[in-house]
Amino acid sequence: MSMKTWWLAFVGALAVLVLIALSIARMYGPARPAPVEEAPVAGTPSTPKETAHITATLFFGAPDGQTLAAVRRDVALADTVVEQGRQILNAQLSEVPQAPLVGVIPAGTKLRAFYVTDRGDAFVDLSSDVVTGHPGGSLNELLTVYAIVDAVTANLPAVRRVQILVDGKEADTIAGHVDLRRPLSRDDSLVREGDEK
Amino acid sequence: MVAALILALVGTMSGQDSAPSTPLTLVSRDARRTVPTSMQNGREVVALDDLANLLQLSVKEDSLAGGVTVSYRGRTIVASADRPIVSVEGRVVSLPAPMVRSGRRWLVPIEFISSALAPIYDQRIELRRASRLVILGDVRLPRVTANIDSPGPPTRATLEITPAAAVTVNADPGRMVVRIDADGLDFAPSATGGLIDRIRIGDQPNTLLVETTGTGRATVTTANNVARVLIEVAAATTSESRAPGAPGAAPTPAPAPAPGAPIPDPRAAIAATRTWQTIAIDPGHGGDDVGVRSAKGVEEKQLTLDIARRLRGIVESRLGLRVILTRDDDRALGLDERASVANNGKANLLISLHVNGSRVPETAGAEVLHLQLDRESAEVVRAATAEGAALPTISGITRRLDLIPWDLAQARHLDESSVLASVLQEELQRQIPMSTHPIRQGPVRLLAAANMPAALVEVAYLTNPQQEGRLGTDDFKNSVAQALFSAIVRFRAWSEESQAQ
Repeated sequence: MSMKTWWLAFVGALAVLVLIALSIARMYGPARPAPVEEAPVAGTPSTPKETAHITATLFFGAPDGQTLAAVRRDVALADTVVEQGRQILNAQLSEVPQAPLVGVIPAGTKLRAFYVTDRGDAFVDLSSDVVTGHPGGSLNELLTVYAIVDAVTANLPAVRRVQILVDGKEADTIAGHVDLRRPLSRDDSLVREGDEK
Repeated sequence: MVAALILALVGTMSGQDSAPSTPLTLVSRDARRTVPTSMQNGREVVALDDLANLLQLSVKEDSLAGGVTVSYRGRTIVASADRPIVSVEGRVVSLPAPMVRSGRRWLVPIEFISSALAPIYDQRIELRRASRLVILGDVRLPRVTANIDSPGPPTRATLEITPAAAVTVNADPGRMVVRIDADGLDFAPSATGGLIDRIRIGDQPNTLLVETTGTGRATVTTANNVARVLIEVAAATTSESRAPGAPGAAPTPAPAPAPGAPIPDPRAAIAATRTWQTIAIDPGHGGDDVGVRSAKGVEEKQLTLDIARRLRGIVESRLGLRVILTRDDDRALGLDERASVANNGKANLLISLHVNGSRVPETAGAEVLHLQLDRESAEVVRAATAEGAALPTISGITRRLDLIPWDLAQARHLDESSVLASVLQEELQRQIPMSTHPIRQGPVRLLAAANMPAALVEVAYLTNPQQEGRLGTDDFKNSVAQALFSAIVRFRAWSEESQAQ
């Protein structure tokens, strides 16, 4: 084998290694900031592999009415952190839990967009149904907000905090109590222990 | 003959426990009623029967146990005949003497009214022994004392009004009318002297008439929740009667302090800055924002306003504090506007009132929320506090300012708010059912911008059918207002003591 052939083989192998490394980094590394998506994404599922899925933790109202219950559900595996977040949130928003669990997010609430910044802050853009359909009360509102915050942070280690937007804009609150103007960290104090199934 | 009759009468009276010179008077908004008392073994006592008639109490005798149970709306006091203690809702309260039987009646020391009855009653009951008054309900009846500071002339005197209330004084030759913003006055005629002939209650129950020989002027000051009226009466002179612009008439008293009048102690002025003046109550929701709505259509916004008004009445009348309601009608108000009302009013405390909702109908009980800042926000505040800013003042002294983002104003009050939440929880627990999570900490939007100790109180669950029913009753709303009032009193004492240290 000539020196030129060796050189070409070496460069080719290096290129393959770089491509593999980039693919791995894209799947598991911090997500790149995605632009704000104006168009609704609910109902436009990503392209999950038919058989691949992850076991995600979703959060519903516990029977005591005071806390969240963590529940395990199969969610389609996605290629990126952002796509995976959308899959998890769509599952969280669309599932109507069976008694004695109760839903804590108003029915009809849709995910408009989801993106993550380099700092690990995720933005969850919800349709205004989350406000117009909310029954009120600080407890209800805390459970609504932290079901979303905890669903994202519990399943996506790259995300540290979550800010909820409504109709693409920053919102003060959903029902007059919980401050949505800044990203919120996970709060396990609202999750009842031993409920995870 | 007359002397003999008097001697005979005195002789008759000295043979028994003498009666008090004046009976007690029960004062409420609508009436003044006499509470008969007598003396037993050197102690002034009152019959339980009389209290029961006046205050709608139920008195049941347990002959086997040798005691009596006094009940009022489900709350009880248990007293026994041989021990100077009573059980008030399970708590032992001591009395100066045991209950005694007199014929078919049970007599208790008059301190029973303040020590045992007041805690179970749904209205304020206050025994003012010195002035022979029992105050029932939200009656503003400040104590007024009068002292002659120097007989002069000019004669100087001071009226002290506790708790402080707004005072206006009209002075004419020969008389001054002191009008106090109250329902009545707790005033006993006191010493007079110099050019002040007499001080007495005026034509209206909230006025004092100062009869003088001369012309008076007055200055009103307020410190430490005491209003002081400094009066100076000068002898009438012929030059006064020829005052320009008012021939033959006495001059109008100047509002400025009288020359030589006592100068307020500067230490009192400093103390006054530490003393509470104002509290803010925020009735949650309003206008289009109805808050939680029950299955029967009861709306949170109405209940919060109702309770807020009751609380305002109690605090103003009993503590003499200014109470700001962020809204006093049914209108929508932003959360920043609510915080601004409290901040601009320099309130010493903010309580936001709410009624809770749950998707599980069985969820019940009151909860108290206070602010929790996340790590990033806390770091922002820490950095701002550490850097601060130095501003020069007119006097040439540099004044250091902490620049904290306005929407994180609560950051410097987090510890106090935590204490406030605990006090609120303890006092609510005495009056109404609490949730299984009585205190929560979270990112409460309104509280973040409050520049004073602040907490949000959810008084009950409107989604719980039983609690929905109770929320509509005066009994429940008064209990909430009473609990909040007690918490304010306790927290104020803690706060003022902390600042004094």
